Amino acid sequence: MLGKRFNRMAFGSVVGVMLMAATACGGGGTGGGTTASEAPSAASSEAPKGALKVGLAFDVGGRGDKSFNDAAYAGLEKAHTELGAEIKELSPSSDGSNRGDLLRQLADADYNPIVAVGFAYAEDVKKVAEEYPDLQFAVVDSASNAPNVTGLLFAEEQGSYLAGVAAANKTTANHLGFVGGVESDLIRKFEAGFVAGAKSVKPDIKVDIKYLTPDGDFSGFRAPDKGKVAAEKMFQDGADIVYHAAGDSGLGVFQAAAAAKKKAIGVDSDQRQTIKETDLQPVIMTSMLKRVDVGVFEYIKAFQGGAKGGTDVTYDLKVDGVGLSTTGGEIDDIKDKIDAAKQDIVDGKITVPAKP
Amino acid sequence: MPAGLNRALLTVIGAVIAIVLAIAISSVAITAAGASPLAALGAFFDFGSSPRTVANGIATFLNRAVPLFIAGLAVAVGFRMNLFNIGVEGQYRLAAIVAAYVGSTFTAPAPIQIAVIIVVAAAVGGLYALIPAIMKVTRGVNEVIATIMLNYVAINLASYLVRGPFSGQRAEGALNTTTPELPESAMFPNLNFIFDWFGQPEPTRGGGVWGFLIAAVVLGVLVWAVLERTRFGFEIKASGLNGPAAAASGVNPKKMIIAAMVLSGAIAGLISLPELLGDKGAYTSTFTAGLGFLGIAVALLGRNKPVGIAFAALLFAFLDRAQGALQFADVPASVITIIQGMIVLLVVVANEVTNRFALRLEERRAAQQLGRNAPVEVAA
Repeated sequence: MLGKRFNRMAFGSVVGVMLMAATACGGGGTGGGTTASEAPSAASSEAPKGALKVGLAFDVGGRGDKSFNDAAYAGLEKAHTELGAEIKELSPSSDGSNRGDLLRQLADADYNPIVAVGFAYAEDVKKVAEEYPDLQFAVVDSASNAPNVTGLLFAEEQGSYLAGVAAANKTTANHLGFVGGVESDLIRKFEAGFVAGAKSVKPDIKVDIKYLTPDGDFSGFRAPDKGKVAAEKMFQDGADIVYHAAGDSGLGVFQAAAAAKKKAIGVDSDQRQTIKETDLQPVIMTSMLKRVDVGVFEYIKAFQGGAKGGTDVTYDLKVDGVGLSTTGGEIDDIKDKIDAAKQDIVDGKITVPAKP
Repeated sequence: MPAGLNRALLTVIGAVIAIVLAIAISSVAITAAGASPLAALGAFFDFGSSPRTVANGIATFLNRAVPLFIAGLAVAVGFRMNLFNIGVEGQYRLAAIVAAYVGSTFTAPAPIQIAVIIVVAAAVGGLYALIPAIMKVTRGVNEVIATIMLNYVAINLASYLVRGPFSGQRAEGALNTTTPELPESAMFPNLNFIFDWFGQPEPTRGGGVWGFLIAAVVLGVLVWAVLERTRFGFEIKASGLNGPAAAASGVNPKKMIIAAMVLSGAIAGLISLPELLGDKGAYTSTFTAGLGFLGIAVALLGRNKPVGIAFAALLFAFLDRAQGALQFADVPASVITIIQGMIVLLVVVANEVTNRFALRLEERRAAQQLGRNAPVEVAA
């Protein structure tokens, strides 16, 4: 049926004419300069010399995830209000095929420094940093790989260790759960820390582990339905607290916890505050904070102070780059136990494994 | 032929109306999102203000079009004989990782190295498409369902392979998983010299304009020749237009299903090569996904003809390029997807309408001619 109906190609020539006009116009921007292409340069010439222009490229999902990307944006916004920086943030297409191009466009528009949010940017940041050696770049969750790239890393396993300690102290069933979004090495750090923390309190504790998608398939961060099914199974099997490191999919974990009248632990930002659904707030016992906002803001501040890239900055418990949220006061009664564990990590008495 | 010309003209008018309507409807959506449609339109044509940004913009545009074109071709080969190969996605992902791994295990002179990688990719894609083909001819399993299910198998298999058996040395502190780096001889030469001809600076973006563009054009010509100028192509089309009639005239339907599926899969296997050999040099966990599904839209828009698919791929790539420019103009970038969807939908509708209209015109013309030459007597 389709073969019969799509047999004429004259249509193609129309598209062709349109496209030719399109490229001609694009090329015209070089010589004559269309109004659209003129606008940004005019704006930048008005800005005072040496003004701070910070560009930020989100990972797939972009703003509005109430978690990782939004935390990065909070840091950017703080740079805008406190440091007077001009800011611009871009999101990639859903297949992430244009991550590198976004960085180039920010670089071409004279943004410096440029922050790439998410380890998926590692390769692209490296390439673009080499193409623009005079600019400074930062990449969140990945190590520095060029002289003008700063790696902004977080000790997720340390924060997750505290989450494990809190959960093990609170559980009555001696049974916990962990839902990971994507089985990448990054999320496995969360699992490793959580399990180690729980076992440090109760060596015989049972922890169910479930990853929503395998490495390379990032849909696990955007699948609340899968998160719900995974958490439901854990609650039915007897777990009473489930920790998630699954981005948007965490919503499903909270829904399952609410339905089972059990508890859940949030991730990245203080989810008891950021989550829109008020009925789900009480199930979030605590959240493992990953202060991406602090990382981004501190990086911009350091850049303003003249810092150059080529090194990694790790935000760990010592500098409160990770930690637990206390909104709701549900973990106040075990605060001394958590603080003791934190102190042991900071003092180096406990080394938290980064791999399960 | 005046009748043919009439029809072509009608199709052109239909397509123009469809595209104008698509832009109009998208403008409503843009306005609803609180942005200006004019700013959006400007952003699509804004390639930046410096020669460097223009060169990079054109490179991005062309580099996006190449894999879309190959994906469209892969889907179209199946569509031509009413085989809905929805499995292009899985076929190309699996082909990409196997080709990337095999290519990294040896070093040979560039032509041999590249040829081996291309053959491996096509073979893996073709073989993976053979599974649903065999299921269809032996057990009558619907290829739509089989290929969709096999997509999941392929995607999960690929992500297992990139972490496990095919994983390479990853950079210090990086979390992306990747296959071993391809040797230098596997990298396809780029086409940046074209910019020199016009006295423009070469694009600086990774890999510049991918040389695989040439291979894609050759592939397009080959597919056209096979479909339009060979007996095999005729049999594919005949089976698609009327299966029973084709079978009655001696075309073996089972053989055709297997041949068309495998050919479709083999072309699908090449989708990832522009990116792999032009830029990335390895299959990583951030490799571009979803091209197989986009290929379906591109093939529909291009009416399953190589020339049409080329223009459809260029149009999609042109819209996709504006991702950054739109956001600079404070227009939500999802506008791109809305316009793309609208164009495909309306072009299909316009196509149907013009087809019926052309048919009626043709009937009237034939009736008039018949009436002039020899009045038809209606038997009671």
